Amino acid sequence: MSYLVQQLLNMLQLGSLYALIAIGYTMVYGVLSLINFAHGDLFMLGAFLFFIVITLLKLPFIPALIITTALSACMGVLTERLAYRPLRNAPKMSAIITALGVGVFLENFTLALSPYPQHIPETVTNRAWLIGNVTMSSIQAMIIAVSVTLMLILDFIVKKTRFGMAIRAISWDRVSVPLMGIPVNRIISQTFALGAGLGGAAGVMYSSAYPVIDPYMGIMVGWKAFISAVVGGIGNVRGAMLGGYILGTVEIAVTMFLPSTYRDIVAFTLLLILLIFRPHGILGVPRSVKL
Amino acid sequence: MKAATFTKVLTAPVILLAGCTLSYSAGNFNLLDRYIELIVMYIGINLILTLSLNLVNGYMGEFSVGHAGFMAIGAYTSSILTVTVFSLSMGAWIFPLAVIAGGLLSAMAGLIVSIPSFKTRGDYLAIVTLAFNMIVKSIIENVDFLGGPRGYLGIAKLTSLMWVFFFSFMALWVIRNFVYSNYGRGMVSIREDETAALLMGVDTKKVKILTFMLSSFFAGVAGALYAHLLQFISPKSFDIIKSTEILIMVYLGGIGSIAGSVLGATVYTILIELLRPMGIWRMVIMPLVLVLLMIFRPKGITGLREFKWFIPAAEKKL
Repeated sequence: MSYLVQQLLNMLQLGSLYALIAIGYTMVYGVLSLINFAHGDLFMLGAFLFFIVITLLKLPFIPALIITTALSACMGVLTERLAYRPLRNAPKMSAIITALGVGVFLENFTLALSPYPQHIPETVTNRAWLIGNVTMSSIQAMIIAVSVTLMLILDFIVKKTRFGMAIRAISWDRVSVPLMGIPVNRIISQTFALGAGLGGAAGVMYSSAYPVIDPYMGIMVGWKAFISAVVGGIGNVRGAMLGGYILGTVEIAVTMFLPSTYRDIVAFTLLLILLIFRPHGILGVPRSVKL
Repeated sequence: MKAATFTKVLTAPVILLAGCTLSYSAGNFNLLDRYIELIVMYIGINLILTLSLNLVNGYMGEFSVGHAGFMAIGAYTSSILTVTVFSLSMGAWIFPLAVIAGGLLSAMAGLIVSIPSFKTRGDYLAIVTLAFNMIVKSIIENVDFLGGPRGYLGIAKLTSLMWVFFFSFMALWVIRNFVYSNYGRGMVSIREDETAALLMGVDTKKVKILTFMLSSFFAGVAGALYAHLLQFISPKSFDIIKSTEILIMVYLGGIGSIAGSVLGATVYTILIELLRPMGIWRMVIMPLVLVLLMIFRPKGITGLREFKWFIPAAEKKL
């Protein structure tokens, strides 16, 4: 029993990280219908910015987290301005290829500056609490608490504020939204800022839990977050959260019964099976195409 | 048969024969610098990959991002055949058979991947192909018989300039003829509007299966050539980074264009070689070039246009 609870905590930890990154994918997809392939690399950049902030500026965890999130948000806006905005009216494929290009650029630029994996110094004193027979580390508690808080804030923003309403309006109908006086470009920039900020925060927490970072760490995590977004129904923020937790659960469950190298095979096979039965994801709604 | 038609029919076999003779002698009598020969072989392999991916992404308008998975199947199949099943004592002629076998098995995988494409389109198909690539890579990593993550060793260097020329010419020829065939036209009509194509009587399922199988066949062939050129393959050489590289070549050259594929593969391979002295920075410059290209020429260098030579005579009159 305690073993199960222990694994449940691990599922929550991994799922929260996937969910945070998946939200970035899903929001950008919502407003631009563009798969932002560079998003996993923004997550990696978050981890590296965190490394710089805590080794050079010697800041404690919470200010470092806030600064890194802000810097990541700036990076998101920057990539949108330089790479995606000139392509707003270009064919969709060229925008996707640009996103791939930006991703490769970020990876290799980081690799050129830091050829060796870096070790993140400990910022949160890692204590382990024993509750019954279940041990819970402070990092684990921190990851779950911070990500759930961030997700609740985001959900509030998307569902209740004017900004969130604008995001939903753009994702519903991008053509007539400017006619209502909504500044599309500004909203898209802010969406990128939000998504990239969450990705950067995920990078900070990921690197606190798994303290060795390298420029290619974003690829695999990024793709998995993307898969979570799709499983939940891409374009749907709550779907992305749900998808993240589902993928985290599946991955941990697989490692409970099989060698850990089988993790990817099972996770991706389940994804394919799910897509056969629900091609638009769990919470996604199929859009009818007018002829 | 009129003289003009006669020469047209013979053009391709004559070029093939002349090219094979030339590349055979160039390879065997050291007419070319070893380094340049290697680069030419890379260009040929990349050309096959680019052409085959352009079929799915450029002509059919689907977004496949897992092409390295097909390459892996071709590479591993042919390597197992040349290393364990056939021995080298049986002669070098066994090599093309192994390459084609790799292509065929890869085409079978293409058949499986084409099935989800009946229902899902666009971004969802991208995920299916991506997942396919990762599943192939993970399976290879977990099967000890294939060397697992350590890679597969002991492959003989069987890829020669002649075989690269032969297979890239075949790819060019077959794909060019496919594009201008009935099925090829159906493929383009799927890109423009799938529902309309269906209403006009295009058997979209059949066209999709054929396109995917042809595309994955040549990817497998390219993988087999690649394995026998490098003499070492590991799951890492066929991951998503490799797929991205092929995508870059396709979109650099131009979508929906054979001339574009030739140009894209050649320009990319040569550019990467020229930038080699810059070390890791070349991989920083390359994506920058790509992003700038996409901003200024969103369809690639020759997107959706064709070099005269690749268009059949009957099409030119239209």
